[in-house]
Amino acid sequence: MKFAILVNEGPYQHQASDSAYQFSVAALEAGHEISRVFFYHDGVNNGSRLTTPPQDDRHIQKRWSALAADKGVDLVLCVAACQRRGLVDEGEMKRNGKDASNIAEGFRISGLGQLIEAGIESDRLITFGD
Amino acid sequence: MEDEEYTGGIEKKIIYVNRRAPHGTVYALESLETVLIGAAFDQDVTMLFLDDGVFQLKKDQAPEALEFKNFSKTYRALEMYDVEKLFVEQESLAERGLAQDDLVVDVELVARKDVGALINDQDVVLSF
Repeated sequence: MKFAILVNEGPYQHQASDSAYQFSVAALEAGHEISRVFFYHDGVNNGSRLTTPPQDDRHIQKRWSALAADKGVDLVLCVAACQRRGLVDEGEMKRNGKDASNIAEGFRISGLGQLIEAGIESDRLITFGD
Repeated sequence: MEDEEYTGGIEKKIIYVNRRAPHGTVYALESLETVLIGAAFDQDVTMLFLDDGVFQLKKDQAPEALEFKNFSKTYRALEMYDVEKLFVEQESLAERGLAQDDLVVDVELVARKDVGALINDQDVVLSF
C-alpha cells in the first residue's frame, strides 16, 4: 500500500513524530511505500539541523534524515509554517534576507499543495498529532 | 510553488474537520489556508464544523482587538473556490446557544449521530 504521512507536532514534546517515524519504518519493512511525509504546524521543527539532543536520547531529526537518505522518503516542510517558526533553507534565506539557514539534510520546504497531492495520490493519509 | 496545478486526473472526497475556536490556536486559520490552496486540485471538498469549531463561522467577530487577523469573512468567499458543502453539527451549535442566523454563511446542519457516516464516506480526512 502507498502511505502518505502527516506530522503535526514538533519533536520531543509529543510522541507524534516518534510514532510517525516508527510507523514509517514498520510500513517500509512490511513492503509498503511511504510516498511522502508532510510536516505541518509545529511539526516543521523536526527539520532543524541545529537540533542537539542529549547523547543518550534519540536524535529525531537525524532519524528522519536517515530515512530520506536510505529509503528515498520525501520529507516536506510546510513553507508558511516554517516562515512563522524560523525554519529557513538556502532559497528562503536569500529571498527573505536572513543571515542563516537551518534545514536538515533530506528535508525540503514546499507548499500545502504537497499535502493535498499526497492525500490524493496515496492509498491512505495517516495523521500523527492533533 | 503554491499555485501548482494538479493534472493527475484523480478526484477524491476530502473532508476538513474543524473542531476548534477561531482564535486561541492557529488551527482554524491553517484549515482555511489548506482549503484555499487545495481548491486548485479540483477535488470533491466538504467542510465540517463541530465542537468549538462552530464559532469559526460566527458573525461579528472582532479579533483585531487582539492583533489577530479577522479571517471570518473568507468563509463567504469559499463558494468562489467551489467549496459549497459546509456542514455544521446541530448539537454543537445548539449547545453554544447559536442558531443558523448567527453564522456568516449558509450551512447544512447535520445531527451528531450522522457525523460518523459523513466522515466515513470520505477518502481523505484532514482534522484541524
